[in-house]
Amino acid sequence: MSTLTIDDPVLLGFAEEMGAEGPVTVVGARTRWDVGGAVDPAARELTAPAGIVAYAAPEMTVQVRAGTSVAELEAELAAHGQRTAVPARGGTVGGAVAVGENPADVAARGRLRDAVLQVRYVSAEGELVTGGGPVVKNVTGYNLPKLMTGSLGTLGLLVEVILRTNPIPAASRWLSASEIDPGAVVGELYRPASVLWDGSTTWVHLEGHGPDIDAEHRRLSGLGGFSEVDGPPPAPDHRWSVSASDALLLPGSTDGDVLVAVGAGLAWADRPQPPRPVDPGVEALSARVKQNFDPSARLNPGRKVGH
Amino acid sequence: MGLLERLTRRRDVAVDPLVADLRAVLSDDRVRIDGAERALMAKDASVFGGGVAGPTCFPTSTEEVQAIMAVALRHDSAVVPRGAGTGLAGGAIPLGAPIVVSTGKMNRILEIDAVNRVAWVEPGVINLDLSKELRPHGFHFAPDPSSQAVCTLGGNVANNSGGPHCLAYGVTDAHILAVEVVLPDGTAVMLGGLDAEPLGYDLRGAFVGGEGTLGIATRIAVRLTKNPPAVRTLLLSFDAVRDAAETVSAIIADGIVPAALEVMDQRITVAVENFVGAGYPIDAAAVLLAEIEGLEDGVDIDAARLEEIGRANGATEVRRAQSDHERELLWKGRKTAFGAIAQMAPDYYLHDTVVPRSALADVLEQVYEISERHGVMVMNVFHAGDGNLHPLLLFDAREEGTLERVHAAGAEILRASLDAGGVLSGEHGVGVEKQRFMNELFTDADLDHQNRLRRSFDPFCRANPGKVLPMGHSCADIQALRAVPAEVWG
Repeated sequence: MSTLTIDDPVLLGFAEEMGAEGPVTVVGARTRWDVGGAVDPAARELTAPAGIVAYAAPEMTVQVRAGTSVAELEAELAAHGQRTAVPARGGTVGGAVAVGENPADVAARGRLRDAVLQVRYVSAEGELVTGGGPVVKNVTGYNLPKLMTGSLGTLGLLVEVILRTNPIPAASRWLSASEIDPGAVVGELYRPASVLWDGSTTWVHLEGHGPDIDAEHRRLSGLGGFSEVDGPPPAPDHRWSVSASDALLLPGSTDGDVLVAVGAGLAWADRPQPPRPVDPGVEALSARVKQNFDPSARLNPGRKVGH
Repeated sequence: MGLLERLTRRRDVAVDPLVADLRAVLSDDRVRIDGAERALMAKDASVFGGGVAGPTCFPTSTEEVQAIMAVALRHDSAVVPRGAGTGLAGGAIPLGAPIVVSTGKMNRILEIDAVNRVAWVEPGVINLDLSKELRPHGFHFAPDPSSQAVCTLGGNVANNSGGPHCLAYGVTDAHILAVEVVLPDGTAVMLGGLDAEPLGYDLRGAFVGGEGTLGIATRIAVRLTKNPPAVRTLLLSFDAVRDAAETVSAIIADGIVPAALEVMDQRITVAVENFVGAGYPIDAAAVLLAEIEGLEDGVDIDAARLEEIGRANGATEVRRAQSDHERELLWKGRKTAFGAIAQMAPDYYLHDTVVPRSALADVLEQVYEISERHGVMVMNVFHAGDGNLHPLLLFDAREEGTLERVHAAGAEILRASLDAGGVLSGEHGVGVEKQRFMNELFTDADLDHQNRLRRSFDPFCRANPGKVLPMGHSCADIQALRAVPAEVWG
């Protein structure tokens, strides 16, 4: 008898609805619907079950169904002084995990993929599968949560996840200055929540205990005149995933507006990121993964991970 | 080299085309088949036996590892990667006389890149050596297993290793940005990348913790963690283990995430005091070693709150390390705990389970009860902040029936952890130790999907066969249990 046998009628109902045959896709809030390309219109549209199943604030974990809105999860956690690594940009929790994007303040909240402790999904064969476990530290068996995070629903349709939560720091402050070397800012500070740079202005987000923020603010003043601001500027539309060193080159080499999350391996620009090269060996390995998890290619047909 | 060894070696080369082919792609001295080497490679730091090593190879490059894989493919031989052999779950024990690929000669730190906060290393680099090398740059590698003075980063990747300071920073997985892997078919692939969201499936994440069953890591990009400007180390004493465990739950529930929260029971502190004199109180039933890292003011705020929570939960004494020396001594005690135990009994079996933090106190009580019932001495030293228990069972394997009692107690401890909503392993892995319990945590469908991941990397179960998945859920059993002619490698 497995301790993980699933008896949640809502999840079982979704598995039954999905069945074992025919192309299917799962629709969240469509906030990232274009990632990975268009889904074959022949695919039957399903909606993942919603709701927060269990929230153990003292354990810093939350069990939440995939169709739950990110806003609902954020509100529930905030009421207990906590948050997660799910980016705060609307949509559903399942959609966020399926897309796998990190929060802009990844240094403070951690990577989304590291926050996904357990996944439950319905396989191509229509069976409920659990990967990972409910506790904050676990190396029991192969890491299915990592594989599912960012897989765009091509290996299984997510129905529920357990996420690690984190305390919301006591205080928060945004600072800004012009013509400051963003590399020097990152070097000067211990662990800023985020440092943004558009090629001329630098925005710094400090979080933590109030006196620590004051001290970090004073350190920054040694570099130039930082003043307190309400928040960061709106980011351009297109997200780029680039190494920290390459990101620093973008403002000087890309047309239009650019905003770099300094040190985070992320940037935003007015135009989409050019296609990134794919190693043929990695592509072959990825194709084997897809074939093994979805032999009949029924899960989100048309959508491609890594293109 | 003695005459006998030379004769033996010449004969082996003559009779064994596998060894000849391996020597052709490496060199004679980097493919070893002598009895001493094979005996060493047959074991790791676990209590498990049954390993039989084939030839041991010492490659120096990715290309050489690929060449070994190609030879293995031609000879239909399995391959087991090996770092320092410090694993505690039998993950490195070679089953069925496979080729053993030691990473011992791939031990260079290739690059330290402060802008990308990454270091590129070969898999044989020792964990602590890397952090020492990084210190002048203001960084360290966060995962710090107790074996960090000898264990390798390749082994850390294979086991997704933890350590006391993983409470705040996460286990190895969170610190590996990219890894070059030689797959069992001989292809070399770079998984992951230095950007935030590398393209495609997170195969890097899937590989980390694969226990050597998915391929061999040949280059690793590890994340650098900035050294904290301020550190506070506290030692809290308690009259009851339960009080220490409940203090840990209360600290986390209060929203404080210390860098480390380690609990040691009285049997451990007494052993440690006799061994290194770390300054632990030996009259307390348990001590909690807590470390807070961060900026100067914040660490004092958190330390004060932590002390308050400790006192409210029954701490009889609260002490802050007043100097770096005192702090180092307190940690030396924790890190040498297992060495101290080795002085007390001929054998020990270190367990590893995780339970929800709120269940720590109850499960610990069961651990003591179970051990007592089986007549086995137990000590507890563990990563309390993560709910990661490490019951340490002491015994003398020479006494008849002892090992059976130890295993029976261990199985009950595992089941108590599962019943509390926990998992089988927090940082040691499954290896050969916990395969037979996998069915108690996962359904057949769950295990089938884990095997799909495994088969994607290694369709023929050629990499470290016979590990992780229970027999019947993996093709591994076929390869691992294939009869090996006794006169060749027996």
